[in-house]
Amino acid sequence: MLLQELGYDEKTVGTALNQEFVRAKDRAETPIREGDAVEIVTPRQGG
Amino acid sequence: MNDSMRLYDVALSSRLLLGTARYPSPALLAEAIRASNCEVVTVSLRREAGGARAGEAFWSLIRDIGVRALPNTAGCRTAREAIATAQMAREVFATDWIKLEVIGEEDTLQPDVFGLVEAARILADDGFKVFPYTTDDLVVAERLLDAGCRVLMPWAAPIGSGRGVNDVFALRALRAHFPDTPLIVDAGIGAPSHAALVMEMGYDAVLLNTAVSRAGDPVRMAHAFALAIEAGREGFLAEPMTPRDMAEPSTPVIGRPFDRLA
Repeated sequence: MLLQELGYDEKTVGTALNQEFVRAKDRAETPIREGDAVEIVTPRQGG
Repeated sequence: MNDSMRLYDVALSSRLLLGTARYPSPALLAEAIRASNCEVVTVSLRREAGGARAGEAFWSLIRDIGVRALPNTAGCRTAREAIATAQMAREVFATDWIKLEVIGEEDTLQPDVFGLVEAARILADDGFKVFPYTTDDLVVAERLLDAGCRVLMPWAAPIGSGRGVNDVFALRALRAHFPDTPLIVDAGIGAPSHAALVMEMGYDAVLLNTAVSRAGDPVRMAHAFALAIEAGREGFLAEPMTPRDMAEPSTPVIGRPFDRLA
């Protein structure tokens, strides 16, 4: 839901909550609480 | 002549792994990848504003070229950050290959080898094929192999410095100590001659980025590195002569004209 609201393509993002990986299939069932650190990342150039 | 190398279960004919960052444009990046003949490029994960789509466009470009992606954990400072990044990369890039970086010091960007070994063990146990970016320390290399790494990537010099090999003796010792482990020199290469040197020393491959992307002509430099790495590899296989301190005439001495007059 959050990804859709923010305009991400869910297939090309990786997600983590409080520095723990959240699998794509687990996103819908993962609750977010006040103060949680949400990471949403996409592919980027790298060395 | 078949001189392919195997990294985990994958056979590769090119011994150059190329970074994709800091090119003047996506078009020049694509041209440089093609000019380098590389089969593996490094990629990363970063935050991006929703709807921006730059990440998707980049990933699409890499897939269209048809090279294999080696995601990195660049910028991670703890094992925990690196592990979460690796897990996200496995899902996004659909590969279990990970270039594992745990950075320990900002000025030199040198690896935190303690966090590196810790993260390598956890990731290898989780099925990752770990490519650890490490120093040239022999004992750390042993620990990384114990942790489940089957490839090692020691630095030549700090990332982006372009200094070439800082400690040729340490790299020689590593090569001699691990004759059967694929060793890739990663970081610090600045010029094609640096790459040729480590290939002549018997290193299996070279991973570089800035030396190509920040060259005046990145496409031409990518080609230059391809040639240098091939030349260095051929030189290694041809077994270079042993250096001597004193001269030895290359032209036969016997039969030299006038030698009876002396």
